[in-house]
Amino acid sequence: MDATAHHVADEEMHLHEPQSFWTRWVFSQDHKIIAIQYSITAILVGFIGLALSGIIRLQLGFPGQFEFITPDTYYQAITMHGMIMIVYLLTAILLGGFGNYLIPLMIGARDMAYPFVNMLSYWTYFLSVVVLLASFFVPGGPTGAGWTLYPPQSITAGTPGADWGIILMLVSLVIFIAAATMGSLNYVVTALQMRTKGMTMMRMPLTVWGIFVGAAVALFAFPPLFVGGVMLLLDKVAGTSFFMPTMTQLGQQLDYQGGSPLLWQHLFWYFGHPEVYVVALPAFGIMSDLVSTHARKPIFGYRMMVYAILAIGIISFLVWAHHMFVSGMNPYFGFFFATTTVIIAIPTSLKVYNWVLTLWRGDIRLTTPMLFTIGFVSTFLIGGLTGLWLGNVVVDIPLSDTYFLVAHFHLVMGVSVILAIFGGVYHWFPKMTGRFMNATLGKLHFWVTFVGAYAIFFPMHYMGFMGIPRRYFAFDSMENIPAEAIGLNQFITVAALTVGVAQFVFLGNLVWSVFKGKPASDNPWEATSLEWQTPDTPPVHGNWGPSLPTVHRWAYDYSLPGADRDFVPQTVAPVGVPAGVETHEYYGEEGHHDGENGADASDNGADGRST
Amino acid sequence: MSPKLREQPRDRANGHGSHGSHGGYGGNGDHFGGRGPSGGGALPIPTPKLTFWLFLIMPTLIFSALTSAYVVRMGWGDWQSIPTPWTLWGNTAVLIASSVAIQWAAIRARRQPQEAESALRWLYVAGALGGLFMIGQLTAWIRLWGLGFGLAGNPAAGFFYLITAIHGLHLFGGLVAWLWTERRTRRGADPERSALRIELCAHYWHYLLAVWLVMFGLMEVTS
Repeated sequence: MDATAHHVADEEMHLHEPQSFWTRWVFSQDHKIIAIQYSITAILVGFIGLALSGIIRLQLGFPGQFEFITPDTYYQAITMHGMIMIVYLLTAILLGGFGNYLIPLMIGARDMAYPFVNMLSYWTYFLSVVVLLASFFVPGGPTGAGWTLYPPQSITAGTPGADWGIILMLVSLVIFIAAATMGSLNYVVTALQMRTKGMTMMRMPLTVWGIFVGAAVALFAFPPLFVGGVMLLLDKVAGTSFFMPTMTQLGQQLDYQGGSPLLWQHLFWYFGHPEVYVVALPAFGIMSDLVSTHARKPIFGYRMMVYAILAIGIISFLVWAHHMFVSGMNPYFGFFFATTTVIIAIPTSLKVYNWVLTLWRGDIRLTTPMLFTIGFVSTFLIGGLTGLWLGNVVVDIPLSDTYFLVAHFHLVMGVSVILAIFGGVYHWFPKMTGRFMNATLGKLHFWVTFVGAYAIFFPMHYMGFMGIPRRYFAFDSMENIPAEAIGLNQFITVAALTVGVAQFVFLGNLVWSVFKGKPASDNPWEATSLEWQTPDTPPVHGNWGPSLPTVHRWAYDYSLPGADRDFVPQTVAPVGVPAGVETHEYYGEEGHHDGENGADASDNGADGRST
Repeated sequence: MSPKLREQPRDRANGHGSHGSHGGYGGNGDHFGGRGPSGGGALPIPTPKLTFWLFLIMPTLIFSALTSAYVVRMGWGDWQSIPTPWTLWGNTAVLIASSVAIQWAAIRARRQPQEAESALRWLYVAGALGGLFMIGQLTAWIRLWGLGFGLAGNPAAGFFYLITAIHGLHLFGGLVAWLWTERRTRRGADPERSALRIELCAHYWHYLLAVWLVMFGLMEVTS
């Protein structure tokens, strides 16, 4: 019955398929194309961020050896590295890339709720990247104020890029916020309204949950940054005094009077902390689906995972001032934020337990995506634990300005989220292109990145305890820097450059595999969720052919007792329900579908998962 | 098979759900034969309405951030308040009248789809009053500037200009939506869709009125 209804409603779909090159590939309104556009742009800008981290490390490891690294260059590299990685890479690729590609496919929709707004979102993001990169070419270069852009120094002469760089940075951020909010509104509405028949909220894969809540958090977090950005811009160009206090520079009184720098910190971190979860929640979701698929087990505690995502999303708005303990505050205020910070560890550790318990006694297939997943759990756990330390005011104050903090936030939201993205790319690449990425290169990429990340950031904890301050350009005249810190810095630099080179292996693998990768079947990982049940690989415009799929179960029916195979797709009707068009294909003719896919685990060595 | 696996899919495509596909614009309807942007598992609320309410999160957060910044900044000792121009009272009255007019248009459009003419007339009144409000705000700016409160220096003046400017920009956005609604209605779009559009315009007008009353009240109390 329902199948016929869908047929009638959808039969006109092919009439509007874009034909010209421009509408098909450039100004496309197809969520899959937009996802790829978002991802390519984000990855390219991410490589710029990677190169900048190379500059930072060269200076720290071998100070004075590179003529071109001046203090200004160093601070500009630090600032742009942070901003690019957090905003223009992670946020863009997780919401714009993964969100765009996966939400409609995983909930059984033909596209986003508002495809035109979706296209607009990408091109607005693209514009923000252009403005950002333009700041490298203006007089004075990009801003070197640190990614937090704290006034007064960010707009006061003496800071690199205090004239043009900071203006372009703020304008770029405001444009990015417009792009992100257009996108996020679309993802939230799509997840709520475009679900196909039978796809209830509590049947959605955790990837969709993570991106859905992450996008919702973005909707609440970005507007205050927008307000702050506009106010700082006005302080710079119109001479207002929102953040600028009365101050003298070189004996001269500046025109500002009565502004408050602390106000910026509140507005910034009210955005800044939820932003961590804007990128972490989608990563959590992706990792949950990967761990379940590649361990051939239902995710442990699905409902708890959903509630944890929601709880983290809500609590993330109540912890921002823990970034400001060193700015000085009322002790009761600090106590409140320390408490909320520690409370957020409860839902987070619940998720870590559930990932580990999903692995427990699973039929683990050590595929490339699975390696990245396990790597993610490891780095996230270590980074999260140091977060518990730093959440306490008395521990934070001595450690906040040292390399301990650098190690903490890189492991917890840099390395772990990047590992999740890599895992996701290796996992969904066969769906996006119909080909596998090379498994040997993938594993090489994983091991160098994973071991390298620990080699970089583990020693930093130790350096933090030694009291080595972060942000410093050089330690020449500091009495308290022990000799071993210099050796450690050299070691870290070598490790960092090695990891940097390994990312080019990934990039090469990505490009090579698009054309020459080993062909993959429709559902090479034998996964249950809807995106693997599309009639075409890669999915064509409209995704589902003549009729939308109907969902009969959750996304985690792996190793179901009594089932013929160790996975049951979401489209398969329960026993006793007459099979419709969709169910017939998968349930009625088991052998047919298996034959081409090589569902027999031993025979499917496509990604070399027989390890 | 456990009983859980036998669970039948919910059917939510009927009732309000299908209503949603009617009101859809800019969605899948453009691509896939006018089905409108909602799938079989959609929530029982028209998608444009849901999108509208979710959209309001952003201006709400923007004005909350402004209000908090204003109040927090005020608490820091050296605050010097500024007089609010009396023209703001007149502007407030105009905005209230505009809100009433657009609500009247929405009621007309909803109750008597055939009386699109009358709804349109009230829509014009609302738009004109909205424009008048913007002009009124500009005169208030000129007055305050004339009293010697520029952008530089006093944060209170900075906040006044910033808050009124951002509110004005939101109203300007509303006028763009108003123009679009007016065009669609005048060209004889489906009455039900027109009614939904006018209704959402009206909601936005009321929302901006409420925001203005809070902002104006705040500035009046602290002047």
